[in-house]
Amino acid sequence: MSKLTSMTEAIARYVPDGASVAMSLALEPLIPYAAAHEIIRQRRRGLTLIGPISDILFDQLIGAGCVEKITAAWVGNVSEGLAHCYRRAVEKGIPHFVTVEEHSNYSIALALLAAAHGVPYMLTRSLLGSDIIRQNPTFKVIEENGQLLLRVPAVRPDVAIVHVQRSDGEGNAHAWGNLGICEEAFLAARDVIIVAEEIVPHDVIISDPNRVLGPCFKVRAVVHEPYGAHPSAVQGYYNRDHQFFHEYHVQTRTLEGFEQWLQEWVLAVPDRATYLEKLGRQRVQGLALREHRYAAPVDYGY
Amino acid sequence: MATPEYTARELMVVCAARQIRDGERVFVGMRLPIIAFALAKRTHAPNSIGLFETGIMRDAPSKELLYTMGDAPNITGALWTTRTANLMGLMAAGEVQLGFIGGAEIDRYGNLNTSLIGDWRRPKVRLPGSGGGADIASLSQRLAIIMPHEKHRLRERVDYVTSPGYGYPDEHGPAGVAWRRRVGLPRGGPAALITTLAVFTFEPETGEALLQSYHPGSSIAEVQEQTGWPLRLAPGCAETVPPSAEELRLIRECDPDGVWTK
Repeated sequence: MSKLTSMTEAIARYVPDGASVAMSLALEPLIPYAAAHEIIRQRRRGLTLIGPISDILFDQLIGAGCVEKITAAWVGNVSEGLAHCYRRAVEKGIPHFVTVEEHSNYSIALALLAAAHGVPYMLTRSLLGSDIIRQNPTFKVIEENGQLLLRVPAVRPDVAIVHVQRSDGEGNAHAWGNLGICEEAFLAARDVIIVAEEIVPHDVIISDPNRVLGPCFKVRAVVHEPYGAHPSAVQGYYNRDHQFFHEYHVQTRTLEGFEQWLQEWVLAVPDRATYLEKLGRQRVQGLALREHRYAAPVDYGY
Repeated sequence: MATPEYTARELMVVCAARQIRDGERVFVGMRLPIIAFALAKRTHAPNSIGLFETGIMRDAPSKELLYTMGDAPNITGALWTTRTANLMGLMAAGEVQLGFIGGAEIDRYGNLNTSLIGDWRRPKVRLPGSGGGADIASLSQRLAIIMPHEKHRLRERVDYVTSPGYGYPDEHGPAGVAWRRRVGLPRGGPAALITTLAVFTFEPETGEALLQSYHPGSSIAEVQEQTGWPLRLAPGCAETVPPSAEELRLIRECDPDGVWTK
């Protein structure tokens, strides 16, 4: 059964007010900006954002007033530095205060893995001695056979939004390159929204089952959204738009600058196709692949 | 022969590369360590392997300058692209010899803060947070830290320990390796702090930073002036050996426009 739907419909149905949403899961590439912008346009409120690092995506959602709580390892602008909206929210309550549940990249992966495996926590020795485990009260240090270990409690997102290279209409999705914590989040979440650069026939997907990211039975919606991860990179489709991150960093330093940015790039832009028109053909072409590097085919024959 | 001209960041890259021993598995941090890994590979450590927390392992540096470790050229030609937890898990099991991280603040015991300035209930400045930094500091065999040298960044005590170094002396014992054992960390601790002015090593028994070398153009007096704790000198403390012409050539090949090294 096809789960293909528009971004508007997918967000309206599966990201209600107050939802916990895992996104930006591959770290720097494959960030679902198109989905985040639709969340902002639909004026969602009270969201909990779950992720590792989030390269300005969480910053935009915080600045737009959608977020109540952050359960993440890092909120910033990877190639530029600090996240201005995050700073304004935590330091001054603009547009309002957010609760921060600190994690590291490893601990958030383990928290999702615990949920994926249906157990209350995973154990690690990471973060022992750090203030992260004092600030985030969900962590607990235990002693077992004379050894100290950290209990990382399960985190189960209501929905994970996962950007991939290609998917069939049922949500059997291929992703490649570094995967960050995509698999853990896919397996942990109750619902998954797949956002794909390309929709391909089912046969293409099952020709290479090792490349499938997770079980299609978790997928509720599949959105075909070319360039939906811009300005982040999608391996084999387009490169990262470093300049865009720089412009965002400079422009959002002031609250007025951010509000202007939000109006220009999100609120006044009804969908991704219009966003791409605004970006301009020349800029989009500048991000195109300079050469293809195809993998050798593998033989699943018997 | 006249010493070639170079920037403070180029010298930091060289100092970082010198931390990498041949054959080591290195958790490579953002920006300068990416170039340091490329430099080490092309000079004294051709058999080292780079691990990137996004889920990438490489035995050859990327062909193009990276703005982030997840950039497409870092994935092309990788030895392994995988999940973050697989690489963190290897490090947790003791398989990673050296890790690089940066920070906003550090103290004399190598504890690093990338989370916030002020009280955590109501921070004065909210910084991005740990990312993978706290994991690398907890789990690698040795840690190298790279940061700008300013008095407000090198403090007697940091406001928030994001990435544990050698802790603090307390009623149960001293800082240093003993503190790491007390809190349950499996190994490791800072081996080097590389700044815009100097290189520090650490004394494992006390956990204290020792000034190993000051960069050409700087001095022990200037380093003291810019450091928030009374300096202790390592035996043989001397001027930092400047980059060779060949090292500079290789760095500029990686970063021809000086995006990270200007």
